[in-house]
Amino acid sequence: MTLVTLLLLAAALIGIGFYGALSQQSFVMLMMGLELILNGVMLAAVAFWALSGAGAPEGQLLTIVVMAVMAIEMAMGFALVVAVFRTKQADVTEGITELKH
Amino acid sequence: MDYPLTVDIAFLLLAILAVVSGWRVFCTDSMVRASFFLLVSFIAVGVIMILLAAEYLGVAMFFMMAVEMMVMATFMVMFMMNPAGLNPMMMVHQHKFSIAAGVVIFVLLAGVALLAEFPTNPLPADLDPVTSLGNELLGDSMLIFESAGIVLLTTMIGVVVLSSHRGRYGGAHEGSMPPGLVPGGDPAGMPKEDEEEGGGHHHCH
Repeated sequence: MTLVTLLLLAAALIGIGFYGALSQQSFVMLMMGLELILNGVMLAAVAFWALSGAGAPEGQLLTIVVMAVMAIEMAMGFALVVAVFRTKQADVTEGITELKH
Repeated sequence: MDYPLTVDIAFLLLAILAVVSGWRVFCTDSMVRASFFLLVSFIAVGVIMILLAAEYLGVAMFFMMAVEMMVMATFMVMFMMNPAGLNPMMMVHQHKFSIAAGVVIFVLLAGVALLAEFPTNPLPADLDPVTSLGNELLGDSMLIFESAGIVLLTTMIGVVVLSSHRGRYGGAHEGSMPPGLVPGGDPAGMPKEDEEEGGGHHHCH
């Protein structure tokens, strides 16, 4: 368990999350991709804190902030899914193409 | 910092578990199962955090993700087709581009991890991570911590506003119209239509 292997794992999680966020049609699956990206970000932050930052407490604080971002993303995402479903009966991204203009 | 061999083996297994379950999220037929795969991936990362001595963050990850994935599974059952995975499912668009983008992101980040020179400053032996985090949260960085709390409160209000299907006087998408003072009567607090047309002298637009 070195900094490089931890960062490689974080990079893999971010890459998979990127793939999911770009490829999935369903809103909830898309949000799962975003969650995986944040998962990788948190792992990288903790790895830097533990192995490169000499245990500076700001490293853990950054992870807490990312956790709050994750909770906000989940809550707002689900609220938007509910709002879109109620008005358009849509649960896939193709259902709301009118929002482009 | 050198970790004992058992920690290295545990890290390897957890890393494989995190990546494989993260990948399975997007290729399982059942959306509920997908949310549980995501939970497994998060728990593996949480255990790795505990191995790195960030005990508070690792355990907070367990609690948060357990609840979050339950909510996610509930939403899957409520909204999505094929939640139980009884039919094969592959709901993707721009698939090749997404795979390429994911691989490019991984290669770029892995390049940074492999090629950059990061300083090696392991944790001091006498550091208590939980105490130092607590002192930071309620000390120097209290404003940041409190701001996160305020933003979460704002999110709660915004979520209620967005997901509430009716306003004070009826459906949110129909516009507001106060109810009548008597059943079936005219809307309260509003001038009658003919009054408004006939007597245009006492109000200006």
